[in-house]
Amino acid sequence: MLFSAILTGLILGGTYALVAMGLTLQYGVARIMNLAYGDIIISASFGAFVLFTALGINPLLGMLIVIPAGFALSWLIYAVMLQPLARRSRDRGRLEGDSILATFGLLFVIQGVALVIFGSGFMSYSYMAVPVDILGTTIAANRLLAFGLAITFGLGLWLVLTRTRFGTVIRAVASNPASAPLVGINVDSVARFAFAIGGALAAAGGVVVSMYLTFSATMGVIFTMKALIVVIMGGVGNIMGALAAGLILGLVETLVASFIDPGLTLAATYLIFLAVLVVRPQGLFGKAAR
Amino acid sequence: MTTISRRTVLQGMGVSALATALSGLPVLAQGRTAIRIGYAISKTGPNAAGAGISTTPNYLLWVDDVNKAGGVTLSKLGVTLPLEVTEYDDRSTAEETVRAIERLATQDNVDLILPTWGTGANLASGPTFDRFGYPQLAGTAVTDMAPDLVQRWKHSFWMLGGGHDYAEALVALLVKQRDVGTINNKVAIASVADGFGIDLSKAATPAFTEAGFELVYDKTYPLGTSDFAPVINEVAGLGVDTFIAFSYPPDTFALTQQSVVANFSPKVFYLGVGTAFPIYPGIAGPNHNGVMGIGGIDPDSEALAAYFERHTALNGQAPDSWASAITYASLEILQQAIERVGDIDREAISAEISSGEFDTIIGKVKLVDNQLRSLWTVGQWQDGKFVGLAHTERDGSREPVVPKQAWVPAA
Repeated sequence: MLFSAILTGLILGGTYALVAMGLTLQYGVARIMNLAYGDIIISASFGAFVLFTALGINPLLGMLIVIPAGFALSWLIYAVMLQPLARRSRDRGRLEGDSILATFGLLFVIQGVALVIFGSGFMSYSYMAVPVDILGTTIAANRLLAFGLAITFGLGLWLVLTRTRFGTVIRAVASNPASAPLVGINVDSVARFAFAIGGALAAAGGVVVSMYLTFSATMGVIFTMKALIVVIMGGVGNIMGALAAGLILGLVETLVASFIDPGLTLAATYLIFLAVLVVRPQGLFGKAAR
Repeated sequence: MTTISRRTVLQGMGVSALATALSGLPVLAQGRTAIRIGYAISKTGPNAAGAGISTTPNYLLWVDDVNKAGGVTLSKLGVTLPLEVTEYDDRSTAEETVRAIERLATQDNVDLILPTWGTGANLASGPTFDRFGYPQLAGTAVTDMAPDLVQRWKHSFWMLGGGHDYAEALVALLVKQRDVGTINNKVAIASVADGFGIDLSKAATPAFTEAGFELVYDKTYPLGTSDFAPVINEVAGLGVDTFIAFSYPPDTFALTQQSVVANFSPKVFYLGVGTAFPIYPGIAGPNHNGVMGIGGIDPDSEALAAYFERHTALNGQAPDSWASAITYASLEILQQAIERVGDIDREAISAEISSGEFDTIIGKVKLVDNQLRSLWTVGQWQDGKFVGLAHTERDGSREPVVPKQAWVPAA
């Protein structure tokens, strides 16, 4: 029972981590507090849905289309809408405030377009909803896939960020955007690139959750909220932090649901979130603000 | 800007008073080209999905049906007029619903206002409908308070029953199954910690206990829960033949998928809102057959079959098998009441709705204390249709299939 709960919890946490990793890049590196993040996830879910139901392309192959589309769309959003904000704002606080307002508007634009195209109804399809037995615990294959992808993307990105020259550049912008230009880094293009990678990760998350969650055009805000909690808990801009925080939240939720009461999962989520913030205001893996 | 002197006003008043007195014919007919219908509905926000299934398509269909048939006849005015619609998005908030209704009543001066979607919003907008004297035919509100509300708001009509109706009908149905030995005595209930789930479980828990059932699991889960593995894993080990979830659509779908994955296939599998949705068979695949839920239809009714066809043709989707037909029937009632009154006299229309008998797609309807009591309360998917198994005050229920077939594993 305990093993089964831990396993289910880790799998759920993997999904949380997967949908939050992109936001941590967007917020941590590009300094954009993207309130339309959940709507990008939902757009990707719609993308996977259309590819699967209309064209018969399975969601795994569909990712080859949807992820680059998420990258391109986010690149475009940054270039058209957010770059002017980033250029004119002299400090981080101003950019965060501006980006909250701008992406709050963007949220309704994306939602409106989705409502016009797909209507307000619930969308669902099932892919890889087959049971997989792991040491006596039954897990749906699509959730296992989500977990695998979260770990792969998480570790992959972490390796890129810590082991490559390009990763060092991104980290430089994340830790000190004011000084980065002094060593010849183009902060603008790095931020744009990080924002676009964040969009690609959101798209990956959207494709994966569409395999087993019912979604509708107006559900983006749920993902934004969850991702925000994971990002702040893990430490803004830290991929490993997002991964760890996601897994912890998934574990806590499932353990509480299994051993105490499913009605308390939400309370437990916020309790642990608060506890982390009280003990480490900068988040689990975050650096203390100077 | 035109200045109107006091004299002109007085003259005008005199002339119009004379005209009214002389003609004996209502002055309203002059210049009136349509019956103006207004409504505020959730087109965005969390209620948009529910409203987009049960309510908006039926408003569109009704307006289309009426206008194709030539309009509504106002015999006292000697005219047949088409319907003209003013629509607002209430963005899924009760405040916006109330504000929009006020705007429809005071600025747009519409003749009639159709209610919004959902229990909460209908309760919230009740006082406003009442204040402006518009009949409120709440087609998607489930509330045990209806008998009290109709005392307070004389123009309100409650079309979908209360939590007790649904819970008690379900318990009565299961008592029969237990007494003939088809199911054991153990029941598990999971309910969403929000309006609908709380209402239904509050009514069901004592009803099950009184009927002698053993409630081995009775827990709530928060709104927005996506992972039901812990719930299903726990319930699967409790030896229940009956699993009940008072759930919302995303939960209804997720619970189904999780139960199939975990191969938890109890003899009675009952879910809440969403079970009667046309997309449910698509989500559950072959496993939808035998699943029970709230609502139901009479599969033999030709009027309903024709309604399903028209609805699908106009909206590109079938109606749900619970509130949709009730909502459409409430509009038919409204139309017949207007035609019997023969004029847009909201007071008289309300009185007629309250006391008259009407021909609708769900059969002959007469409201009892401003409430529709002729309801399907428990339904089950049988041969691709969500048929009514239990009812309040109506005939022709189908026999439940218990135990339901075992789950077919997903391919």
